[in-house]
Amino acid sequence: MIIERRWKKWVYFYIPLTLFVIGTLFPFYWMFVTAIRPDAELYRSWRAVNNAPFWTLAPTLDHFRDLLNKTTFPQWLWNTFFIAVVSTIISLFCGLLAGYALARLKFPMAGTLGTSIFVTYLVPPTLLFIPLADIIRNFQLGNTPWALILTYPTFLIPFCTWLLMGYFKTIPKELEECARIDGATRFGAMVRIIFPIAVPGILSAGIFAFTLSWNEFIYALVFLSSPEKKTVPVGVVSELIRGDIYFWGQLMAGALLGSIPVAVVYSFFVEYYVTGLTGSVKG
Amino acid sequence: MAQVMLKALNKKYDEVHAVKDVNLHIRDKEFIVLVGPSGCGKSTTLRMVAGLEEITAGEIHIGDRLVNDLPPKDRDIAMVFQNYALYPHMTVYDNMAFGLKMRKFPKPEIEKRVKDAAEILGIQELLKRKPRQLSGGQRQRVAVGRAIVRHPQVFLFDEPLSNLDAKLRVQMRVELKKLHDRLETTAIYVTHDQVEAMTLGDRVVVMKDGWIQQVGEPLELYGQPTNKFVAGFIGSPAMNFVDVGINEANGSVVAEAQGLRLTVPPGRAGGLRPYKGQQVSLGVRPEDVHVATAADPAHLAFDANVEVVEPLGSEILLDVRVGRATIVARVEPSVRVKVHEGVRLAVNGDRLHFFDAKTEQAI
Repeated sequence: MIIERRWKKWVYFYIPLTLFVIGTLFPFYWMFVTAIRPDAELYRSWRAVNNAPFWTLAPTLDHFRDLLNKTTFPQWLWNTFFIAVVSTIISLFCGLLAGYALARLKFPMAGTLGTSIFVTYLVPPTLLFIPLADIIRNFQLGNTPWALILTYPTFLIPFCTWLLMGYFKTIPKELEECARIDGATRFGAMVRIIFPIAVPGILSAGIFAFTLSWNEFIYALVFLSSPEKKTVPVGVVSELIRGDIYFWGQLMAGALLGSIPVAVVYSFFVEYYVTGLTGSVKG
Repeated sequence: MAQVMLKALNKKYDEVHAVKDVNLHIRDKEFIVLVGPSGCGKSTTLRMVAGLEEITAGEIHIGDRLVNDLPPKDRDIAMVFQNYALYPHMTVYDNMAFGLKMRKFPKPEIEKRVKDAAEILGIQELLKRKPRQLSGGQRQRVAVGRAIVRHPQVFLFDEPLSNLDAKLRVQMRVELKKLHDRLETTAIYVTHDQVEAMTLGDRVVVMKDGWIQQVGEPLELYGQPTNKFVAGFIGSPAMNFVDVGINEANGSVVAEAQGLRLTVPPGRAGGLRPYKGQQVSLGVRPEDVHVATAADPAHLAFDANVEVVEPLGSEILLDVRVGRATIVARVEPSVRVKVHEGVRLAVNGDRLHFFDAKTEQAI
């Protein structure tokens, strides 16, 4: 019996899990290997005798050096960070208040409003960037960080609102009723009782919003044009691919450095993040 | 400490009329219990007193203040919720101190009050813990403690014992009663458990479908229910109801059903005369049915067939069949009867209840 169970566990659990992990992590490994591989190895024919595509024998940091010295990569990093942080803060603030209102306050058309906020999230950015570009031009915000800081909330606010609304709904309403009887105003109960309990939800929404704006591509590509104003995803692609020449080493070095902050943010808050998505307090 | 007046109180949600014309005068220091099946409007009434639900029509006075438009925090009340509603991110001490901090009490005063309340409830050692580290009974105590530190004018309890197991519930019930005797604060207590209602309440309000059915002291509700609903709701096991026809024979009033013919005592006969030739509902409590002895008059006795015997130790419950009706009798533990045997039972003539078949009001 036990032997059979162990056999089943391998077939249904370990082997699929291993394949999944390999499939997920391989691109990151490839990115890493390409970033530290010297150019000579990178551009060698696949049929060359001593070709070793999956590892390198002469790791080098040249690509990182070139990336940091010969391009405006540090500036892109800073741009991306600034834009992501400010638009996350704006979106979290709006999402907190809107999510609370939709989850707790009774007002006419609350349900319709909630649904329509969600529907705006479903409009694809590939359609939305056309009217948004017109607005950006009218306000003369093109080629400034504010073009992105003000457009990212179009998808971040609906996202934060819905995530937080769901989270607020899992918090028993008696908690704030009790606080209101205990002497707090509705706003006071929200700030002193509900928000502290909702920290996991707020953090998840924040992380998600930060990641979405960090990785955003199409608006950044459309609204920014000078090389020094660009964000990492756009800068790497537009400055390191010249015509049909791919600077693979620097491209991958840029991608690697660009994904580190996101990875750090995730691993830092992963526990909060999971509870944020799965519900709140018991009892 | 204050009296609470509810005047023509109404609550309507979109389609539902949850509370209908509730008039109630809750006296100072009184412990009053609202009881009824779920959806009867008892919790809604309590929540209107707390200020958590808007009032559709009517007035609520606490003390001599009209509180209709006051927010909950200005009503000087404290409430204990069914799920305790302890703030999970605060320690027990902070939970209890929260209301006082919000009211800007000086720190030493807060500390003294929390310590006093903790001592009354026996939770001094728990003050530094978080709610999730407490058992159900301990959380219950903290929730009560959080209410009493405030010294409010009125306590509101919304089914506070429902989440506890049976044994703990009985224990907390006794403690709540002692606490009320000690603090002498007006209390409004909502429950669906009639035993809690009877044991805790100075007076009990029975509600159904948004209407108050009857207000009275526990034994008054038990002894003189004003309608069939109250009669059936209060008491366990519930009152037996049998549909009987009212007739007159030899100058006395007789209630008849298949297998049953009871002569109504002269004292009760007057009210039943107008129902001659009609059906009414006869109500008799299980403890008012006993095994007939020679002392029982023949006109209050009847033959029945035993269907189930439930020996509870201190008493035996007999489920018996009389004609088409099933009746529960609560008899002495010494009685020896077997299932499917016949048994002759008698009722206590003074304790019969009659209800109009249509209006269900007591006759």
